[in-house]
Amino acid sequence: MLRLEKLTKTYRTGDRALKEIDLEVGKGQVLALIGPSGAGKSTLIRCVNRLVQPTSGAVWLEDTDLTRLGSGALRRARREMGMIFQEYALVERLTVMENVLSGRLGYVGFWRSFLRWYPQSDIDAAFRLLDRVGLLHMADKRADELSGGQRQRVGICRALIQDPKLLLVDEPTASLDPKTSRQIMRLITELCRERRLAAIINIHDVALAQMFVPRVVGLRFGEIVYDGLPTGLTPGKLTDIYGEEDWEATIQKVEDEDVEEVEAAE
Amino acid sequence: MPVLEKGNAQTWRRRTTGENLFRWFGWLIGVAIFAVCWQRISEATTWFFVWDAPRIAGDIWTRATPPRWEYITQLGRPIWDTLNIATLGTLIAICLAVPVAFMAARNTTPSVLFIRPVALLVIVSSRSINSLIWALLLIAIIGPGVFAGIIAIAIRSIGFCAKLLYEAIEEIDHTQVEAISATGASRWQVMAYGIVPQILPAFAGISVFRWDINIRESTVLGLVGAGGIGLQLSASLNVLAWPQVSLILLVILAAVMISEWVSAKVRGAII
Repeated sequence: MLRLEKLTKTYRTGDRALKEIDLEVGKGQVLALIGPSGAGKSTLIRCVNRLVQPTSGAVWLEDTDLTRLGSGALRRARREMGMIFQEYALVERLTVMENVLSGRLGYVGFWRSFLRWYPQSDIDAAFRLLDRVGLLHMADKRADELSGGQRQRVGICRALIQDPKLLLVDEPTASLDPKTSRQIMRLITELCRERRLAAIINIHDVALAQMFVPRVVGLRFGEIVYDGLPTGLTPGKLTDIYGEEDWEATIQKVEDEDVEEVEAAE
Repeated sequence: MPVLEKGNAQTWRRRTTGENLFRWFGWLIGVAIFAVCWQRISEATTWFFVWDAPRIAGDIWTRATPPRWEYITQLGRPIWDTLNIATLGTLIAICLAVPVAFMAARNTTPSVLFIRPVALLVIVSSRSINSLIWALLLIAIIGPGVFAGIIAIAIRSIGFCAKLLYEAIEEIDHTQVEAISATGASRWQVMAYGIVPQILPAFAGISVFRWDINIRESTVLGLVGAGGIGLQLSASLNVLAWPQVSLILLVILAAVMISEWVSAKVRGAII
């Protein structure tokens, strides 16, 4: 569904953020991208929807090479890719409803969006999504009145109302507390399953990634150094990705949490 | 380096001895320059007039009080003109300042090389000339009257509003813009959703603040014949009608106080 071919990004400062990345994500597959800060995780997902212009290589979304699109075609292609941000990136001074509906901007004309005169089907979809994430009663609140977890839910709604095939998720939990982090990760993975969405999730928290995501890709210095099951992340592999450190505690923690999860479910 | 080692103990001082000496010399030179300037100015001053000043001021005060209250009937129209000059001038300035600001801001300008310098030139040239001088020029071009005053205020205010607005545009949170772009929004939609909501409070604040300033500026425009209460002021000053002058000053004071109250209220309501 999504295929990166020799994707390379060299910033003007000479930093080689991505070095000939090859990666394939199947339909409906959720993938966690882990790696130390500065490994190129953010650059990678921003190269997919071209918020960052890749230097060379190709990004195939089904049968289109996104790197070769002109601005009009790029806008149409971006509608297929929902993006969720670390600091939520909601428009703070707009209401929750306006923020959710802004996900439809690629589909409605300028004046309709400017006058907030969206098609009824979009408004219905917005209400359904807000109801799904449990924020229906917040629709009229301004985005800056919400808590972190609530904001991220609105961010998720904004991405999903685009009706995308692919979700690009940049550190969804980095600004949230541990409990909310889990709820948000659970919500994202559930929604992906419901809608058969593929997703690339950048995440710092290895334990969280192992808990929710079936495939983990480790990035270091702009190169893929691990691609496989979350259970395959041995201390050795983590050292490959992050460098030398005592990893037993991290992995131990995951197993404990898994037990808790099961107990809670029961 | 402020961290010093004495024997095996480490001490820390805010500055090194060299830095302290340097600063001390800086202050010495500053004080010396001040003393020299003081002396020069003192030589060039006719001290007789200065010593005389309190007596003259007292004299004018006794002539100017009490104000000639019945003159107020002739001031209604001019103060209304003054308010109109300020308000219309500000409105015109805002309409022109918004596009200039978007062209001047680094993150929204269509071209950093060509359009941005032009926009910055517009801002600088509008700001560098006082509205009184704009009024003088405009009176020569379009004749005396309220219209010249409005245009003078407008031209003068474009630079002020555009400068503050483009600084606000450059300080917006970029991730919100990124998020809107990522939905597939067009350039204008990104502006309407990603940028405008972020600068709206600044925009409202700037507009009201400039209106407030313009009321004060438009009170003097009449001095050069550009309409408003300044016309009455200069006429009264010319015939040394001090009781009228004091009444006009009181009226201006009242107008400015009202405008400040309104702008404080509006800003409080919007932000």
